[in-house]
Formats: sequence, structure tokens, C-alpha cells
Amino acid sequence: MAGAPPTDTDLIRRRASRAQSQRGTEEPPLIKWTLLTIALAFSVVFLLLPLVNVFAQALSKGLNAYANSLTEPDSWAAIRLTLTVAAIAVPLNVLFGVAAAWSIAKFEFRGKSLLTTLIDLPFSVSPVVAGLMFVLLFGLQGYFGKWLEGHNLKVIFAVPGMVLATIFVTFPFVARELIPVMQATGLEQEQAALTLGASGWQTFWHVTLPSVKWGLIYGVILCNARAMGEFGAVYVVSGHIIGQTDTMPLRVEQLYNQYQGAAAFAVASLLALLALFTLGVKTCLEWKQARAYELAQRVGQ
Amino acid sequence: MSIELKNVSKRFGNVAAVSNVSFSVNEGELLALLGPSGGGKTTVLRMIAGLELPSEGDIFVRGRRVNDLSVQQRNIGFVFQNYALFKTMNVFKNIAFGLKVKKWKRADIQARVSELLELFGLEELEKRYPHQLSGGQRQRVAIARALAPKPGVLLLDEPFGAVDAKIRQELREWLVTLHHELNVTTIFVTHDQEEAMEVSNRIVIFSRGNLEQIGTPREVYEQPSNEFVARFIGVMNVLELDVCKGVACLNELEFPSHGLPDGQRLRIGFRPYAVQISSDLKAYRYRAILRHTYFLGVMLRVELELPSGLLIRARMTKEEYAFQALADGKEVSFQIRQYRVLAREGEKLPPEVAVTHDVPVALGEGI
Repeated sequence: MAGAPPTDTDLIRRRASRAQSQRGTEEPPLIKWTLLTIALAFSVVFLLLPLVNVFAQALSKGLNAYANSLTEPDSWAAIRLTLTVAAIAVPLNVLFGVAAAWSIAKFEFRGKSLLTTLIDLPFSVSPVVAGLMFVLLFGLQGYFGKWLEGHNLKVIFAVPGMVLATIFVTFPFVARELIPVMQATGLEQEQAALTLGASGWQTFWHVTLPSVKWGLIYGVILCNARAMGEFGAVYVVSGHIIGQTDTMPLRVEQLYNQYQGAAAFAVASLLALLALFTLGVKTCLEWKQARAYELAQRVGQ
Repeated sequence: MSIELKNVSKRFGNVAAVSNVSFSVNEGELLALLGPSGGGKTTVLRMIAGLELPSEGDIFVRGRRVNDLSVQQRNIGFVFQNYALFKTMNVFKNIAFGLKVKKWKRADIQARVSELLELFGLEELEKRYPHQLSGGQRQRVAIARALAPKPGVLLLDEPFGAVDAKIRQELREWLVTLHHELNVTTIFVTHDQEEAMEVSNRIVIFSRGNLEQIGTPREVYEQPSNEFVARFIGVMNVLELDVCKGVACLNELEFPSHGLPDGQRLRIGFRPYAVQISSDLKAYRYRAILRHTYFLGVMLRVELELPSGLLIRARMTKEEYAFQALADGKEVSFQIRQYRVLAREGEKLPPEVAVTHDVPVALGEGI
């Protein structure tokens, strides 16, 4: 779990690598350098090059064309819709994630392992299948289709369906980040707050939330990145009506199919920027946590 | 009377953690709950705090039944074993927390926290975070935090468990001094009998969820109510004797039968200091080989092996040891001056039997 504090072995390994000792168990230089070269070459060809290419292609016709393709009404609508969907899905998943992590980390109840498994379900289901499930539930031929139509509500091929699909796909992120942090923190600080006269809400706000702050932020960042970047599930439920139910990823595909390469890459570059931002925050948070943990360890000794 | 427990039991599922426990704590008392781990003492403490609810029985604080009061309403200070300091708050904010949630005025909070920081010698550390403090400092912060809202009772769960042996002694003395100064009713849990003896006014001894004895350190040491207490508090030689021909004996050792008929068994115990040793083989009745000497500082503990192989622990000053010219492997004579008839756990003995007895001259003197 990336958000969890590093284990003792991690720290020992880190210290060992700093020491640069030539141990008996270390591989000969030839193997070491071959492996390093392969890993580096892979990263450059499959990760770095495409990323650079996105920006190169996006800017291939100049800054003006870049700005124009982003402000073009249909692309602009896609950008706004993406932000709207994320703005609804992420807070809802934060609420759910905190509630789920809290109940799993702090309470004992029957079906706890079932809940833990269920939270992970979206990770193991193909997003396209997830989208189809919603079509089968809320589509015209679906279980609730007749009822929805009778009440003049549109879920599939409309924004509500896209929000639902996005929530489903990004369901695990916040909870998965919070559970280990909350489990590690334990119950005692909260019980201490109660004995000091704090109400449940005061305890949550002043004690629980600050202690899981970094895990929560990390979960939100990941959840947001996925919410904005989701393609498969949203593709199935959106019906891709241009200018109405197109999110950024769908818009990229559409522009590309219409041979508007530069415009497609311009929209794609926004998603790439989001990815870089997410990575930056993630690295920063991990560094912060490792530091706090190491500090606590040193003082604890 | 500050706190009273009446027939309190606690079950977790099918496991009885505390069975039918009753005792009371006096105002301003420093009381220890002592017992091996799993004895139920921490559960009792948590029930007084309201962190656990009793399955049966009532708990009274200053005459008021508190069973239905929430943790927040009970006005107790609780210090957790690992202190449970708020790791995202500095020392000042940790201590101020209980006042802040009770909506004290800012100036009053400032004054109260400053007062506590001074009392606990933490003035320099108010800006530090818990991970920047030593174990002893953390404990002081935890106690200051618990005392800040002026609780009626202070409860401490294994207060010296998380610090190393060197500063443990210091902290014990500090807790006694603090209790003298504040005079707040204090209950602490410990598994260390020495700690309980040294720090507390009275000790409540638990074993497997049962209250075995309550009394002053001296009472539980000199008049243990049963075998468990006798073994748990200090060192005790415990022997199981067979009664035959009007005397109770084990191998070569003989004791009065205390009116038990032949064929019955009698359990007795004696402290190592009740064993008198002489290098003069004619001085006392029994013979033994001095097998091993343990150096404990001013006192020495020696292990005696009787001809039958029975081992007995004795204790003497090092002057006495030198005067008698004792050494490992040497043959000595000894006698047992005093012993106690012990009840097995749960067993009741007549009060005139379950006391300390001096060994009759006829049995103790040399031949």
C-alpha cells in the first residue's frame, strides 16, 4: 500500500542502499547494469516518450491552435462536464470512503471481511462491464427503466449515469488509503479524547481527521485522477452525444477518429498534466510520511 | 467514599473477564489494582472510566450510580498505557484539549495549562510534538492532560509499563509526590507487585477475574488470604504437607497438624526471612546443603537443598552470611521460625487456622 508508512525492512533497505556496500549477495556489475538498462529503456520508450509526444503533438501547430482547440465549444463542454462529474463523484466517495474505513478499522462486526472484499470489487471488474451493469439497471430495457421513464428521469445517456459509473469505478480509492492508516492509529487517541469530555463529532474533527490527513488527501488525489480519466465505464453509459455527454477522455477519442490529431492531443495534454500533478503530490506525500515515520522511530528508540 | 463497585461482572462473549467484584476506594487514596496479565484489572479500570460497561453490578462515584453515564459525563482522568497522546498536537494543545472541548475561556485555558506545565516541569516543551518527547516526558504530558479538566478521579493503566527500568524508579517516586500534592483519588493498574507495594496506600489483587484480596501493602504481604496472593506478593516457600500420626510432614520437615485428621493435606507457606541458618550443624533441627547464593544488594538469598532433594529459599543479610562463614556447597543446619497456613484458591479455612504461626519450640529446637 503506497500510502502506508514504510516498514522496518524498507527503512533498513534504504539505509543499506545508501551505504553502497559491495556485499557477497550483490549481483556482479554486468547483470546489474544490464537490468538497469532494460528497466530504463522500457521506462523511456513506454512511459516518457509517449508523454513527451502528447505535448509535442498538442503544440505542433503552435500555441494559438492549442488554445483554440481547447476553447472550441464541444471540447470546452467536455472539459466542463469532466469537472462536474468529478466534483460530484469525488466528494461522495470521500464520504463513503471515510465511513467505510472508519467502520472497518474501528468496529468489530459480522461481514467485515465481506465489506472489505466488496470495496475492492471495482478494481477487479472491467470498467466496460461496470458501465453495462448500469445500462442493464437504469437503461430503457433495464429493471428501473420503465419507472424512470414514467417519472421523466434520464440516467443512461445522461450526466447522472456518468456520475454513477464514475463513482463505481473510483469507489475503492479513498477507503483503501484510509483503512491501513486508521488501523495503525488505533482507538486509544479517540478514547482519550472521549475521557477528556469531547463529543463524538469533536473527536472526529480534532483527533481522527488530522491523524489521517495525508492518507485522505492521497486517496482524494488518486480518486480524482481516476474520475477525470475514466474511459470505459463512462463510454458505455454516456452514449457520447457530442457537446452533451462527452468527457475529456471521450472527446480525445472522438477528435482522434475525426483525424484532428493536434486537437485530440491538446485535450489529452490536459489529462497528462493532471497525471503529472497527481504524481507530484503523491511523491511529496510519501516523502512527508516516511519522514514523519522515521522521526517518530528515532525518537521512540 | 469516593468510588464503590458492587458485585461487578464483565463478560466478553463467553469469557468472564471480571467475576462478581466488590470493593471501595477512599477519597484521596492511591490504590493499586495488581495481578498477572489477563487478571481483569484493566477491565475494572476501564469500567470505572466508562470505556467498558459492566455486564452486571453497579459502580458508584461519590455515592452516585454512574452505570448509565457516558465516558464524557463521568469527569474522570484516564491515562492510557501507551499514553495515547494526540500525535498531531503539540504539548500545549494536548493538555488544553480537555478544556477546549469543555468550552473554557481562552484566558482560563492559558492559565490552567501554564499552571500544569510548571507543575510537571514541561515549560520548555510546550511547542514539542509527542514524537519529539522521551518516554518519561510523554507520561508527564499524559497525566497533565488527564488532570487539566480537574477530574474527581485519576485512573492510570500500567503507568510505568512503557518506560525503561532506569527511569521507572524515578517515576514511581514522582507519582507518590504528585499524589501528595494534588490529593486526587488515584487508581493505577500494574502487574508488578514491587511497584504496587512501593507506590500505593492499598492494593487490590486480581487473578483470573476474581478479587483475591484487598489490603495495605503490609497486610497483603504478611497476611496473604490464600496461596495465590502468597506466591504473587514477594517470595514464598509453599509446601504441601501430609497429615499422619498427628503431625503434618513433607519428607523430613514436620509441622503441627492444626487439628486435621490423618490422611488430610495441609498447605503452608513461609517467607525466606523466616528461615534461620547456622553453619553449626547442631544449632537447629534440620540439615541441608547450601546450593546457591543470589546477591541482591544488602540482602542475600540462598537456596537450600534438603537430603530428600527438597529446595527451600532463605534470606539473610550479607553480614550474617559472612559471620556464619557460609559458602556454596557447605552443609548447614536450619529451622523455620514462622509459617502461614494457606487456603487454596476459592477455599475457606477457619480464621484461627489461616494465620501466621510460630513454630513450637519442641519442633524447632536442635536435637
